[in-house]
Amino acid sequence: MNNLVKTFENRRNLKSKYKKARTISNTLSSKIDVPKGLYEQCPTCKETVNMKNTVDNKFICKNCGEHFRIRSIDRLKITVDSDTFVEKGHGYITLNPLFQDGYEEKIADYKEKTLLDEAYIYGYAEINSVPTVIGIMDSYFLMGSMGSVVGEKVTKSFEYAMYKKLPIVIFTASGGARMQEGIFSLMQMAKTSQAVLKHSNMGLLYISVLTHPTTGGVTASFAMLGDIILAEPNALIGFAGPRVIEQTINQKLPEGFQRAEFMEEKGFVDKVVNRLELKETLSNLLTLHRRNQ
Amino acid sequence: MNILAKERKVRELESKIDALGSEEVVNKMKLEIENYKQEAMTNLTAWDRVLLARHQLRPTAKEFINYLCDDFIELHGDRLFRDDKSIIGGIGSINGNIVTIIAQQKGKSLDENLERNFAMPHPEGYRKSLRLMKQAEKFRRPIITLIDTPGAYPGLEAEERGQGEAIARNLLEMSNLTVPTIAVIIGEGGSGGALALGVTNRVLMLENAIYSILSPEGYATILWKDSTLASKAAEAMKLTSYDLEEYGIIDKIIKEPLGGAHFNKIKTFQNTKQGILEELYNLRKFTGEELRDTRMEKYRKFGFFQRFNYDNL
Ligand SMILES: [Zn+2]
Repeated sequence: MNNLVKTFENRRNLKSKYKKARTISNTLSSKIDVPKGLYEQCPTCKETVNMKNTVDNKFICKNCGEHFRIRSIDRLKITVDSDTFVEKGHGYITLNPLFQDGYEEKIADYKEKTLLDEAYIYGYAEINSVPTVIGIMDSYFLMGSMGSVVGEKVTKSFEYAMYKKLPIVIFTASGGARMQEGIFSLMQMAKTSQAVLKHSNMGLLYISVLTHPTTGGVTASFAMLGDIILAEPNALIGFAGPRVIEQTINQKLPEGFQRAEFMEEKGFVDKVVNRLELKETLSNLLTLHRRNQ
Repeated sequence: MNILAKERKVRELESKIDALGSEEVVNKMKLEIENYKQEAMTNLTAWDRVLLARHQLRPTAKEFINYLCDDFIELHGDRLFRDDKSIIGGIGSINGNIVTIIAQQKGKSLDENLERNFAMPHPEGYRKSLRLMKQAEKFRRPIITLIDTPGAYPGLEAEERGQGEAIARNLLEMSNLTVPTIAVIIGEGGSGGALALGVTNRVLMLENAIYSILSPEGYATILWKDSTLASKAAEAMKLTSYDLEEYGIIDKIIKEPLGGAHFNKIKTFQNTKQGILEELYNLRKFTGEELRDTRMEKYRKFGFFQRFNYDNL
């Protein structure tokens, strides 16, 4: 009973925070998300890089080509034609089915920090004037983990694409299932896979773009079920995390293991595409599958 | 005192029976044991059930199959890479119903466990399962899966051969089947590795089996940075058959004898057989398309969240 009261109180709090986030996100659209300092050190090549240049270079290190992790809003800006994105399916509230201590507060915190309602956004957009549904996971929201809301929104995005008879492009970035929601998270794997199936049965195209990192329950469901699977260079892609594997087999993993290039070599990714060419590649693929009206 | 300690006490009392001699004293002792079991072995904690689900003596899939089937022919291999011994599959007959059975097999000894990889499948295990499911669909056989795994194997070769893809493919293809499918969780239902055989029309679960997103040890490590809190995690995770039935994740609980399935295996098998036969009978009413559609509707609903109309704010 106490738990329930707590839940409702928290929900009331969330509502007001949510309202605030919604207002901010409307005014956000033209701003690009530049990391704090003007100069920062690239974690890969250790060079000091000018952040402004890096942002202009689609968040790729000019020195070593490292693809930095980006927020969903920035992903949108570098992928779709400006002013074409219409967000759908906003307004879900994450609940706390297992009454995990601190989970609701954590979610509220991420909502405020990221201005998102959950770790996935989707909507209508055009890529070089080709209409499509686009879905983007945001690894800044609790590691992009898939709980009930993410699973529902992913499913909804496929259903929206079916309704509009449109292809769908999904950028994945996820640490896997949302542990805090227990068995409900697990069931999202089945639910999203079925959404792929239904969309596919209508003869529609699904392109999944695996970005760093795509692991666990997301890899083992809709991420690996694309008609065409692209990946960004050096993205970590796998079912089990590297640390878990190292503990299991008791040895260090070889260089480049579970990286995008490795996955391409092993036959699980169609093509590794540099972020600078990603928009072109996507629009080409979408055009090739455009249906005769 | 956890369930294993209680079990040791029962075994100790039982071992004394032989030495007692007179029938009267023996009967008294038996009654005493029975009373103790009634008293101590009901109202199990979630952690007790975890211990029972992993119990050394718990019946494995093969023992279930031996009892369920009048005869069973095992079929090997995924036709792509090799035969994964952590999953056994084949054709069997349950009271005259011809079915395809796919099951995760734990070992009884260390040697057998090494051979079976502790029932942790590689991708080829899931691909073998899929091959046999497709075969079942072609010949219109219902499919029974018996789930008992700590999880899909998190190893180097498993990753190289696409563990994620293999599981994802199974989730999608199992959803598309047009024959009746029934999953029975007989022991551990560990994460995606269990779900990859568990997207079915009906999901049954043995009373003391568990089904969860990861092990309680893993959960405690990830969320509380302390693997020794596993018993607390087991409570928090809602992984018992009773919790999952309440959530509607599973359809039915199959009762186990007092003290766990291994206390009276035949009773366990009987209950399981009865459960499966009932569901086979119920599912016979549906056409292939109805089976597929109702299965999808069921999974479409899973999730725990709320949506509000922000126009009203
Ligand atoms: Zn660099």
